[in-house]
Amino acid sequence: MSERLPIIKTYKLAIGGKFPRTESGRSTSIHDASQNLVAHVCRASRKDVRDAVDASHKAQPGWANATAFLRSQVLYRLAEMMEGKRDELANAIGENGQREVDASIDRVVHYAGWCDKYAQVMGGSNPVAGPYHDFTVPFPVGVVGVIAPDDAPLLGLVSLIAPVIAMGNACVTLASETNPVPALVLAEAIAPSDLPGGIVNTLSGFREELVEHFSTHREIDAIHAAGVSDEHRTLLRTGSADNLKRVHVHGEVDFFDEEACESSAWIDPFVEFKTIWHPSAV
Amino acid sequence: MGMTTVSGTQNAGHAGSEGVNQNTTRPARLDLRGASGGGLFEYAPAPESVRPDIADSYGLFIDGAFVEPENGARFASINPATEDTISMVAQASVSDVDRAVRAAREALPTWAGLSGKDRGKYLYRIARRMQERARELAVLETLDGGKPIKESRDIDVPLACAHFFYHAGWADKLKFALPGREPRPVGVCGQIIPWNFPLLMLAWKIAPALACGNTVVLKPAETTSLTALRFAEICAEIGLPKGVVNIVTGAGETGKAIVEHSDINKIAFTGSTQVGKMIAKSVAATDKKLTLELGGKSANIIFEDASLDQAIEGIIEGIYFNQGHVCCAGSRLFVQESILDTVIDKLNDRMGSLRVGDPMDKNTDVGAINSKEQLATIKKYLALGDEEGAVRHDACGSALPEKGYWCKPCFYSGVQPSHTIAREEIFGPVLAVMSFRTPDEAISRANNSPYGLAAGVWTDKGSKIFDVARRLDAGVVWLNTYNKFDPTSPFGGYKESGFGREGGRHGLMAYCQ
Repeated sequence: MSERLPIIKTYKLAIGGKFPRTESGRSTSIHDASQNLVAHVCRASRKDVRDAVDASHKAQPGWANATAFLRSQVLYRLAEMMEGKRDELANAIGENGQREVDASIDRVVHYAGWCDKYAQVMGGSNPVAGPYHDFTVPFPVGVVGVIAPDDAPLLGLVSLIAPVIAMGNACVTLASETNPVPALVLAEAIAPSDLPGGIVNTLSGFREELVEHFSTHREIDAIHAAGVSDEHRTLLRTGSADNLKRVHVHGEVDFFDEEACESSAWIDPFVEFKTIWHPSAV
Repeated sequence: MGMTTVSGTQNAGHAGSEGVNQNTTRPARLDLRGASGGGLFEYAPAPESVRPDIADSYGLFIDGAFVEPENGARFASINPATEDTISMVAQASVSDVDRAVRAAREALPTWAGLSGKDRGKYLYRIARRMQERARELAVLETLDGGKPIKESRDIDVPLACAHFFYHAGWADKLKFALPGREPRPVGVCGQIIPWNFPLLMLAWKIAPALACGNTVVLKPAETTSLTALRFAEICAEIGLPKGVVNIVTGAGETGKAIVEHSDINKIAFTGSTQVGKMIAKSVAATDKKLTLELGGKSANIIFEDASLDQAIEGIIEGIYFNQGHVCCAGSRLFVQESILDTVIDKLNDRMGSLRVGDPMDKNTDVGAINSKEQLATIKKYLALGDEEGAVRHDACGSALPEKGYWCKPCFYSGVQPSHTIAREEIFGPVLAVMSFRTPDEAISRANNSPYGLAAGVWTDKGSKIFDVARRLDAGVVWLNTYNKFDPTSPFGGYKESGFGREGGRHGLMAYCQ
């Protein structure tokens, strides 16, 4: 019996809960370590970034207004969906894939638990010197641009996304350039999860083309990036100065290091602390 | 728009009033607004009598001592209420800034290595000494900046002292501040502060930096350097190790030298959004940490079910406090349509009793505009407000002094959201009044601004007030109050009002890593 001819899949973008092809009509080929063609992926354009930002903005208020308890359950549900796609995700990663998938699922579980605890740990009541009830609470910053590293294409991405969406933000993510497939498989795990469409939008493409558009888009409120070059880091910060995006670019990170990657500190850059005063005397 | 009084109709007869403290000739008004109405009471002048010693000229405070600026350059610090020169202040050059940074770098290991308790004790010493010299600091602040003495005496200086007291206690408790983290100092901090609350902004910057084990190079604004220099004297007086605090005076070029210095680890800037963006670009290629506290166009929203008289007081305080030179000033007022006429009447009324004039008089409500440049900026906006078709109300009863920089507090009705005065930060005693029908409309219009510093909401309905507070994009939301500050309470903005918080536990995050 002859060997079956496999179907080479073209992974599409994930925008607003749908899977469109790039509006630019461009695609690139992905090869494995032995140079075998494994998939085609879209090469996203500036317009795709803009569409994804629009979708994020539509979805974000509803997600932010969901109770923290509900967001926590939805993130845990995402971990369940990833568990169901363990093999597909591991295959997409390649070498050591299983270990990376396991760590990624556990990372989502970690941040699922933060949804309804972060405000308690990092918010608080302020004992002002006067008859006022004064308290500080975190709110999501809005729409976050996520630039994923090539190193650990799934775990790196998940580590950047999870702290962002836990607090009610939406994100537009640019997948690893060298291996975007795990991110696109993750998008297929997200779609049937309970996460509303548009909260995690996934693009594949070239940083050289897209980083600038992330940095200058005025409707992106913050940037979370890792594994970018020094030039791209500077570009992200310079472009972001125009609307004062909150930019958080990691240096070297070992994403397998739980101590380093699982902390409320990863959430801090993507919340706005709001302080509310009310007189408490008549 | 149904305003009942407009500019000039109420105070048409006040031309006979001469000088700041002699409102005796102002005619009583025809309406009967009760004993609290403006113009019915006359006040005798009540000038503050303390006179602080002010040197003819000042040097730079570097490495624990006052030193001459490298090139000997100085500029005048002016009393904006009289246009008199108070003192000559040093203009720090690039190499002066470098000297200050080197001193701060050298002092860093010892200061960071001190026990938290000892660092705290130095901060307590500073706080105590500032309290003891509070009156002198208040007078100096008012002379140099033009703000009413009752504000510098009762707000600026006590709050500045409180900031040092509060942060003194953090110095040995940092491991409790941010759970699960081990805070370390950031290093040498370059801090640039504005002219609206000179000593208070200095306290907001220096107190948390020192508590967390950092050393600082601080530049006060060029029009208001004197209290920072007095603070430097206090540092020397209480034996603060040399180099921990360095004060370099000067204008934009000095600030630029700080921002661009390669051996500074963190920049903290309070000032305009335009300069904030330039700084963000300037440090983009470096590892400098950055916090920015920038401009605002804060919304004050008043619902028909608010306690009106209380709200009017809050609105007045929200916009005319410190001549409106307040980044979180409630400069856009959104009034529910059903009470618009009433609110405009009451605002006109209340403004009639605002006392504008000699900042050193304890009865003065609104002092001098900080500088000639700022007065020109405000006047530019007033011209635009008139030109674009809004109606100006400036029913203020006081005549303005002839010398000095003065602006009558005013508000505009008939303002459209597209008007310049409804969109841009004026940083003066100018309020734009607009109306709305539903809470949703109020929120979307309040949020329709690149800024997001503060907001105010006035209603006696509990659920509504918290719902609106939740939905406003602002870092500080005052409910049934406005312009309240406290060292325990984080302050800072959303969006283009900057990033980072100052004060409270959250303020420490900016000075730790």
